[in-house]
Amino acid sequence: MSAQLAVRNMTKRYKTGEGVAGINLEVAKGELVTLLGPSGCGKTTVLRSIGGFLEPDSGDILIEGRDVTKLPPERRPTSMVFQSYNLWPHMSVYDNLAFGLKIRKMPKAEIREAITAALRLVRLPGAEKKYPSQLSGGQQQRVALARSLLLKPAVLLLDEPFSALDAKLRHEMREELREIQAQTGLTMVFVTHDQEEALSLSDRIVVMNHGHIEQIAAPAEIYDRPESLYVAQFIGKMNFLEGVVEEDRVWVGRLDWPNGKRLSGSVKVAVRPEDVGIKPSSGGGEGLAGTIKQIMVLGHYADVSVDLGEHGVIRTFQPKEAIQALQSGQRVDVSFAHVLVYPAH
Amino acid sequence: MRWYFGAVGPRRIIEFLLLTVFAVFFAGPLLNLLVLAFSGQWTYPHLLPDQWSFKWWNFVLRKDDVAHSIGLSFLIATIVTALSIVLCIPAAYAFARLRFPLKRFFLFSFLLTHAFPKMGLYVSIAVLFYQLNLMNTLLGVVLIHMINVLMFMTWIPTAAFRNVHAAQEESARDVGATPFRVFRSITLPMAMPGILVASVFTFLNSLDEAQGTFLVGIPDYKTMPIVMYSIISDFPSSAGAVFSIILTAPTILLLVAAQRLVSADVMASGFQVK
Repeated sequence: MSAQLAVRNMTKRYKTGEGVAGINLEVAKGELVTLLGPSGCGKTTVLRSIGGFLEPDSGDILIEGRDVTKLPPERRPTSMVFQSYNLWPHMSVYDNLAFGLKIRKMPKAEIREAITAALRLVRLPGAEKKYPSQLSGGQQQRVALARSLLLKPAVLLLDEPFSALDAKLRHEMREELREIQAQTGLTMVFVTHDQEEALSLSDRIVVMNHGHIEQIAAPAEIYDRPESLYVAQFIGKMNFLEGVVEEDRVWVGRLDWPNGKRLSGSVKVAVRPEDVGIKPSSGGGEGLAGTIKQIMVLGHYADVSVDLGEHGVIRTFQPKEAIQALQSGQRVDVSFAHVLVYPAH
Repeated sequence: MRWYFGAVGPRRIIEFLLLTVFAVFFAGPLLNLLVLAFSGQWTYPHLLPDQWSFKWWNFVLRKDDVAHSIGLSFLIATIVTALSIVLCIPAAYAFARLRFPLKRFFLFSFLLTHAFPKMGLYVSIAVLFYQLNLMNTLLGVVLIHMINVLMFMTWIPTAAFRNVHAAQEESARDVGATPFRVFRSITLPMAMPGILVASVFTFLNSLDEAQGTFLVGIPDYKTMPIVMYSIISDFPSSAGAVFSIILTAPTILLLVAAQRLVSADVMASGFQVK
């Protein structure tokens, strides 16, 4: 099956030297793919190239198997929801929504029907006569979403659509977007710098850094098996320890693991806080010896930081019951249930 | 009385006094003009005319060149406004949207015509107009008028276009509109208040223009201000008052009609150079 959207070897450089290079991406029909990365990593450049607002220096963009690389935005089967300044303030909500449909010469009765349905879908029924200035930020973004949905695009592009909204509203909109995606089966490409948003929304995440793709995988995969040190640092909380490879095993103090990646010399060992086990020191020398520095109870779990001496301070997440026997200053043995190893540089 | 001033407070009293002075300063001359226009006889120490009459209205409106000059003034103002819209709106859009070398220099160059004494500028233009046979022609007068308004007509719409965000144009392209359609349906309507304000100013400026018209349009193109000069110098002041009311009326009417659009914001944003 051919992909709904395919980006092949795309490069776009700006005069400043920034830009993206070697972008390869395939999005299946009905999939929600997130481009995630810090600001300036090129994720918006990729999205705008797909939408037709930027012309790539090289590479191809195919939608439903058709090459659209040279087409202007109005002739592409894409629709974009922008971060802000989305609606036209001199038009009512109805006119905003009808604009694209009128261009497509849809009969008036059908337009009216489609708009009623679209507004119901974004939970704003009866808002036709209002003007954008009479709506809140969240409502405006819903109208913008409805405007894009009405065009039944082959690919829906969303450029940080919720970043201007407050946290609570952002959560609501995320859930609604998920529901809408389930109902309509639309293919979506979503750009965000918010990893929580990316992890909760996406079928797959594309992690970008400095204009290239670091990893493309499902959220759980990205979280559990980040392919590069960068992804490991960027996604979720992670502890890093200095390690060395000796006798084909990776060593941190007394702990060792198999050298799966065939590395050599000094390495970085990454471990998630929830994969760190601690127990009161038995004096027998199991695991790494450390001292509890601080215990913060955060509801159903606790954030415990442990000073490992020469290995630095690490954060661990412990279940509520486990910390009753612990107190700060106490000597403990630390073990790691699951580690990731990366070359130091 | 005293308790009242005490209750109001000194601040309000000062505000009230300032407002009164302000109102007298602005409305006083207009009021005087109005009374003068309807006076038949008005001798020195009296506060109001001894005799009210429409005598001077009759006199002014009967004069042939007056009626003719009113028509001519409005014709010229309409042509000037239309031509400068055609000329300046695309320029303003370019200034707002495109990047090109020396953009700021070009934008500032519109200020140049306001930087020199008008008469000197007009005389040198007149020399040029003689060579081009534009003296005493309608086109010559229109061109002189346009020189005055180029700055308003470019700067204010430029700011208006700049206030239309690129994303608003892009989202229109995105839903399927061609660049031309985007301009017609999105950009132009959103910039319209600024364009209208600039057009009103252009129209009024052209109605009012006297120096350049005097130099280039005499003898055949006598607009209202030119005719007023001769009336003021040849007849009693009441005739001049009548005429200046005729000259002021369109200004007031247009400003009242456009007051919803004319805000300090629109004006001020026109003079920000970014």
